[in-house]
Amino acid sequence: MSTKRSKSHLPSLPKALTGIKGLDEITQGGLPQGRPTLICGAAGSGKTLFSMEFLVHGALDFNEPGVFMSFEERTEELTINVASLGFDLAQLQADKLIKLDHVHIDRSEIEETGEYDLDGLFIRLGYAIDSIGAKRVVLDTIENLFSGLDNQAILRAELRRLFGWLKDKGVTTVITGEKGDGTLTRQGLEEYVSDCVILLDHRVSNKISTRILRIVKYRGSVHGTNEYPFLIDEEGISVLPITSLTLSHDVSTERIPSGIPALDNMLGGEGFYRGSSILISGTAGTGKTSVAGSFANETCLRGERCVYFAFEESPQQIIRNMNSVGMDLQSHVDKGLLRFHASRPTLNGLEMHLLVVHKLVKEFRPSVVVLDPITNLVTVGSASEVKSLLIRLIDFLQEEQITVMFTALSFKEVISEQTDETVSSIVDTWLLIRDIEFNGERNRGLHVMKSRGMKHSNQVREFVISDSGLDLVDVFLGPEGVLTGSAREAQQLLEKTGIALRDHAVTRKDREIERKRSVLEAKIASLNEEFESLQDELNKTYIEEELRKEILEKNRQEITRNRDPRK
Amino acid sequence: MSDLSDIGQPSDPQKENSCYVLRLFITGASVNSLRAVTNIKKICDTYIKDNYSLEIIDVYQEKTIAEKEQIIALPLLIKSFPLPEKRLIGDMSDTQKVLKGIGITL
Repeated sequence: MSTKRSKSHLPSLPKALTGIKGLDEITQGGLPQGRPTLICGAAGSGKTLFSMEFLVHGALDFNEPGVFMSFEERTEELTINVASLGFDLAQLQADKLIKLDHVHIDRSEIEETGEYDLDGLFIRLGYAIDSIGAKRVVLDTIENLFSGLDNQAILRAELRRLFGWLKDKGVTTVITGEKGDGTLTRQGLEEYVSDCVILLDHRVSNKISTRILRIVKYRGSVHGTNEYPFLIDEEGISVLPITSLTLSHDVSTERIPSGIPALDNMLGGEGFYRGSSILISGTAGTGKTSVAGSFANETCLRGERCVYFAFEESPQQIIRNMNSVGMDLQSHVDKGLLRFHASRPTLNGLEMHLLVVHKLVKEFRPSVVVLDPITNLVTVGSASEVKSLLIRLIDFLQEEQITVMFTALSFKEVISEQTDETVSSIVDTWLLIRDIEFNGERNRGLHVMKSRGMKHSNQVREFVISDSGLDLVDVFLGPEGVLTGSAREAQQLLEKTGIALRDHAVTRKDREIERKRSVLEAKIASLNEEFESLQDELNKTYIEEELRKEILEKNRQEITRNRDPRK
Repeated sequence: MSDLSDIGQPSDPQKENSCYVLRLFITGASVNSLRAVTNIKKICDTYIKDNYSLEIIDVYQEKTIAEKEQIIALPLLIKSFPLPEKRLIGDMSDTQKVLKGIGITL
């Protein structure tokens, strides 16, 4: 299928999409259509696979049937070899989408008796192309003809004619060639194929292999000139154009919580910016993984996706360990929100790791990516390589608006201003967890080294990991400086005692008052009693007086009545 | 080679006439093809007269045969009997090589 990238209104070179992940971006649309392309590389660099993918994708995705002419492997072998990628060549052949033809050439059977030409090959190829209406042709590795036939002059003339003929036929051709000494191919095929040359390389440094692809030339088209690492896995080849860097990605003002409320408070109360990069560094055993785990947990609790790249621990180990601080990561894994990818750094070269991250991110579309820890990557590359890798990774993730959290182990006791990977300058937020050794114990202190674009606390907080999770506690600023751990607790206890004593003192005073009051009240009561008895006394005489008066009155009246005889 | 052809002859006395089974693949009327036809006929008539069968096949007419017979270079002469099978490519102008290839000893 041709894609005319119409950047300008001028007709541009028609291209045939390869369907190989990433390659079409580097070449801006694929291989030159209707022209031959040379794929060269050493043995085992993936030439055959590359060309087979080109063909199969063409047949399945772009409706362009193809002919695969193999000068090396037999068709049965080829069919089996690519079956692992999910390519059913037998079915494709039956559907007339692909035609395999194995060219067998054996020097011992052949005697050259004069002038000849390669018309047989032309007829064979022509017939194969016409029989399925092929638009794509692969010649894998045509150089084998040189080992089968002696007459170089004829061969070279015929090859030149062949490539011209293929161009006339208008088929997009991929020719593979084995890398020679100092030349791209052993037989100098690059002389004949001058439109597009792609070099595949398989490099091993430090016992770790990296596959590299480079477009040596591409006539009539702009293309990426860098070395691009590529990956061969169960889905075939993926090339990733990861060196195209611009600093023009969108930024978000949205904030996402870290999973530790106290940490959010330190960061202006809201947490990290979405799409920012966060570095957590610290010495061994300071709880970096716990912070990362908690961030992942929080992300999944919000219903967003997270990919956790573990370079040190297995997923099960992380899940178990996080369980001990009250985080159930397994449930997120079951729900499909959390995905672990655990691999030793030494499994791949650095570029491969980047590729894997790339691939997984593209596939899983997480909103948060955790890399724990990046320190071990240094074992497979130099510090500057690791830095370049991380820069590219951050750039890629920021472009996708993905928040990334790295953890890094610092080896030095004295925390320098730089981490060992020197990534501190490129991250947005840098949290440092350090050991505070004091009073015969080690405690963790967390502080925010930097956090771009937000208000953040300048304080060191004590980082406490307990059964119920992670928390940050305000450290005590005593006369002896920052107090942590049991010293802090002792100080807290001391304060508590003080409060109790004060409370006690206060109550004693209260009781005193109470007592005084009761004493006074008692006094008041007794006086009252006295008063009442005095009053009684006074009343008594008064009443007696009254009574006496009354009785006297009565008596007097009695006497008076008795005196009166009329009664 | 020569030994083999010697063994071949007595083992198949009835088929003496078709002892050498030759097939020549050509491409239409190209220069090489015409030359090859002339040359091989001449060689056969000179050295193994009446002791061979020669079939001339135009690959243009039978395109499927190219894949079936693993044809790359043309003209191609396949000697399928006596064994071993031998393939000769070229215009058959190098008589010595042709004779050696077919397995004819002088």
